[in-house]
Amino acid sequence: MSRMNKHANADATYDMELSPEEQAMLRGEKGEAVQEAIRLQIEIAKFWGAKRMVPVTNVHIMGDMEVLGDAGKDFLTSVAAKNARAACATTTNPRCVDFAFADRLGQDPEIVGKEMQVVSLFKTMNIAPVNTCINYQTVYQPHVGEHVAWGDTGTVIYANSVFGARTNFESGPAALAAALTGRTAAYGFHLDENRKGTFLVEINFTPNDYADWGAIGKLVGEMNQNYLAVPVFVGAGSPSSDELKHLGAALAAYGSMAMFHMVGVTPEARSVEDAFGGKQPSHVMSISQADIDAVYASYNTNGNPLDLVVFSGPQLSILEIAKLADLFRGKRVKPGTQVIVTTTNGVKSHARQIGTLQTLEEAGVLILEGVCFYILQNLSQMRESNGWMNVITNSAKLANNVGAHKLNGILRKTSDCVDIALGTGA
Amino acid sequence: MEQTKAITVNRAFGDIVEGEAIVSEEGFSPRYDLDRWSGIISRPGHKLEGLSITGKILFFPSAKGGVAAGWAFHDIKHKGLAPKAFVFGVTNPVMVQGAIFANITITEGWDCVPHDVIRTGDIVRVDPQLRRIVLVSRK
Repeated sequence: MSRMNKHANADATYDMELSPEEQAMLRGEKGEAVQEAIRLQIEIAKFWGAKRMVPVTNVHIMGDMEVLGDAGKDFLTSVAAKNARAACATTTNPRCVDFAFADRLGQDPEIVGKEMQVVSLFKTMNIAPVNTCINYQTVYQPHVGEHVAWGDTGTVIYANSVFGARTNFESGPAALAAALTGRTAAYGFHLDENRKGTFLVEINFTPNDYADWGAIGKLVGEMNQNYLAVPVFVGAGSPSSDELKHLGAALAAYGSMAMFHMVGVTPEARSVEDAFGGKQPSHVMSISQADIDAVYASYNTNGNPLDLVVFSGPQLSILEIAKLADLFRGKRVKPGTQVIVTTTNGVKSHARQIGTLQTLEEAGVLILEGVCFYILQNLSQMRESNGWMNVITNSAKLANNVGAHKLNGILRKTSDCVDIALGTGA
Repeated sequence: MEQTKAITVNRAFGDIVEGEAIVSEEGFSPRYDLDRWSGIISRPGHKLEGLSITGKILFFPSAKGGVAAGWAFHDIKHKGLAPKAFVFGVTNPVMVQGAIFANITITEGWDCVPHDVIRTGDIVRVDPQLRRIVLVSRK
């Protein structure tokens, strides 16, 4: 973060209110790494007009070799060498390598080695490499009003919406800075004024699959691409944690959104009036069964085989694994088809204890831990070597994100995905 | 004499830069839309598919999801593939954090639709201090 000096020195504090401790950080009294971190944070604060910092209790950081590149890894190495240590509980997002399966997936041994070094660097900095994008289900659940600094958009929208906690999208370098200083700039969703609903979404059907919830997120997100847009859902029933997870992940992926309200479900939406805080919605969307059917109908196989089925993005919870195990029990994935599930080390371990892991493995499903499918190192090469063209998935987020690897994502309901995997559906 | 063509932006960071503009009708994500090994927009169907962003001044109406920009901008900067500036209509914190970390000029918000003033291929100057983007010469 020393590259910030030129800009930071020109107008180091502008008109921010810095506490004595923050001023000490800026003077370098807490070490060089912390000084550089707070300089970056002040420059970010300046862009957004933040007037102060807020202490954070928890940080979640993205940092895998697929996105770090050598430059990012070198940066982490330099920060760690300055005796940097996380000032609050800090965890990591998924990696791009499951070390147990790197060879089988044909991943580059050199980058796999570097990924191991990155994990080690995080540990050195007192950052726990839990490698999950479902930290909100498996690691830490902040309470209403609690300020955190989370990376991965799906974690952010879940924290703001379902917990009523407060965070912006924090990219890797920004989250690392928050970990080192124990605070972040007060802008965006840390502030009351940005947390009210901005438009209304009426759900006029009964979603009955994770894919339905993702399809809602896709429709709402695509039509309203704006970080500060906050949809208020009514008529959505009482969705489960996993259903809210798929909704939020899709809103974030398609709309760059960081918060939603669901009347009667999320804590800052006890009523429509509560959710909007006296403001008028800018517009109203209605979503019907026909709209969702149109989403499913919009995907085209382009005449290519349906030989890759992926359950990932976000990683699966223990309950999602159990549902999949029920669908695959006693059956076999059709020859020539690859089925991949990604989850956390902890969930995989629990699934093994319960027996659902063995059920899936016996069906021929590959379960990867600590990774997410679309960030796998070498995914484009895997696509080429396996001849994959289409990805069938029940995750709307994944259907979107695999496009970067020239894969054609196709959203289908969970049971339809399983039928395709077994060769009993199309 | 033609009036000076300029856009005023709401927020800005970085050095003054001058270069060739690419004006996009579609938003942008460095992880989902960009090949970070070539600097070329790679996502099939993206309105800029096949164009290189390297050394350009990029006008995007919006930012797409993904926290990857923080490291991705730093990565492409070190690979010599970075654009000179990002000019967003509406952006998100990740783009800003990433651009500031990589020391790439970035702005958000505009007082007129860029297409009314600037076309792809024009040479423009971005001045973050003045929060102003000026047309230097037509293509």
